[in-house]
Amino acid sequence: MEVTLGHYLTVAAILFTLGIFGIFLNRKNVIIILMSIELMLLAVNINLVAFSTHLNDLVGQVFAMFVLTVAAAEAAIGLAILVVYFRNRGTIAVEDINMMKG
Amino acid sequence: MMSVHVVPDLMPALPELILAGMAMLLLMFGVFRGNDSTRTVSWLAVGTIAVAGFFVIVGPSDGVETFSQMFIVDQFAVFMKVLVLIGSGLAIVMSFGYIRTEGMERFEFPVLMMLATLGMLMMISSNDLMALYLGLELQSLALYVVAAFKRESLRSTEAGLKYFVLGALSSGMLLYGCSLIYGMTGATSFSALTAALSSDGDVPIGLVIGLVFLISGLAFKVSAVPFHMWTPDVYEGAPTPITAFFAVAPKVAAIALFLRVMMSPFGGLFAEWQQVIIVISIASMVLGAFAAIWQDNIKRLMAYSSIGHMGYALVGLASGTAEGMRGTIIYMTIYLVMNIGTFAVILNMKRAGNMVENINDLAGLARSKPLMALAMGIFMFSLAGIPPLAGFFAKFYVFLAAVNAELYALAVIGVLASVVGAFYYLRIIKIMYFDAPADGLDSAIVPEMRIILSVAAVFTLFFFVYPAPFLAGAQAAAQALIP
Repeated sequence: MEVTLGHYLTVAAILFTLGIFGIFLNRKNVIIILMSIELMLLAVNINLVAFSTHLNDLVGQVFAMFVLTVAAAEAAIGLAILVVYFRNRGTIAVEDINMMKG
Repeated sequence: MMSVHVVPDLMPALPELILAGMAMLLLMFGVFRGNDSTRTVSWLAVGTIAVAGFFVIVGPSDGVETFSQMFIVDQFAVFMKVLVLIGSGLAIVMSFGYIRTEGMERFEFPVLMMLATLGMLMMISSNDLMALYLGLELQSLALYVVAAFKRESLRSTEAGLKYFVLGALSSGMLLYGCSLIYGMTGATSFSALTAALSSDGDVPIGLVIGLVFLISGLAFKVSAVPFHMWTPDVYEGAPTPITAFFAVAPKVAAIALFLRVMMSPFGGLFAEWQQVIIVISIASMVLGAFAAIWQDNIKRLMAYSSIGHMGYALVGLASGTAEGMRGTIIYMTIYLVMNIGTFAVILNMKRAGNMVENINDLAGLARSKPLMALAMGIFMFSLAGIPPLAGFFAKFYVFLAAVNAELYALAVIGVLASVVGAFYYLRIIKIMYFDAPADGLDSAIVPEMRIILSVAAVFTLFFFVYPAPFLAGAQAAAQALIP
């Protein structure tokens, strides 16, 4: 069987959906939310690289490079905020993040 | 094709380069001098923002593109950049007293504000999906940190965490949209997208899905319903001067980005996205009007108020005409001034040196501090949209554009929502003027705050006397967006 653009897009769409559900359905741990965010960004990268090869155009791969860089920065900042939060609250369970209603 | 060896024209990006360079220099300065230098760094940051503003105004404004067409400077960019720089500069000035008394006087604070401002300027000037994403992330990453800046406060760190999680989710959706758009058109540059989308014919379904994802991401950044849920918590939890900053500068930048993306590359798909914007706009106006009624915390109330105001600003975008763009641009100008003024009052709500945030703490303000109560009254009447204050004209121009674009239902719902919204603004005035006085608020008000408050109040009160320069500026900016 030949792997076509459609297969890549399907995988990316599944990963992206998993990421979104991971953020909304998970009630246990904020670290899982960070992992879900990474999953979403990686799904985007698969999309970009697949389109880039399909279209024979390098721009998509350049874009993927930028996304990778920003994702690293984002994870660093997310973990830093999480550490500061943990020092104040003593837990990082999602259901305990409820000082303010909403 | 272009050669990689050519150095791009740096002049159009001069304000951004100044901001970036100075942010790094000030960071080094702060590292070597320690936290005692915070006040120096803050004033230098304000000075740098002023210099950047000067170069924005005297710089090119005729649609010049640079960095392989990723960066554009036109009348629209100049107008919105000046607004953002005013908002950021004033937010830093307003934070001086607060960061000292609340023990968060660390030099990184003004530097992060500068980096966020830099990101906003890049968003406004972006002419490519990549530049859009990078500008947006530079802004967001700096804002996540400043939201959690009061690091020993549970509320502040919780605000930062919530903002981070939901902001990252919205960036992911925006990015997924960008990838689909790139895949369907083979381009990321706005000019190439315009060319690819202007030809008639069927619009591929993937492109429409990508556009919807992109709109969701942008709606998140302007906190429009249904992507507003982070706003009240972040506004309430973040330290007050940072809430003031959140309420003005990022909103102006995100609306500017929204207008540019919708009008310049996707102008050809107007029929596809108009319905989405109308729904978002109506939902924001209605939720902003009703949800704020039950709020007692003034920062939370201002959060719902800003959700509502974003709905009004999007009415101009929904009409899709030059007149609508002009209306939105004027709306953001007036919104910026009203919010800066309101937050200057909120920052002075202190009792025995501690910040208080309940609206009942304003009771009897008219007797203890008549001038501040008068200024707050002006801002509240203006936010409610009562003539002849500036807020009325802001709403007038967007609704006029909606009516001229035959969006009668949108305009009628907007007017009704603003009537409902008037309730909670008037309630604050009633508390200030007619309720039995609570324990008096502290009367010390620093000179810079006094000046900001007076200028904002005078602008709001007397806008109707001489609106011509603002109208002309907004008109020129709007024309630059319409191809």
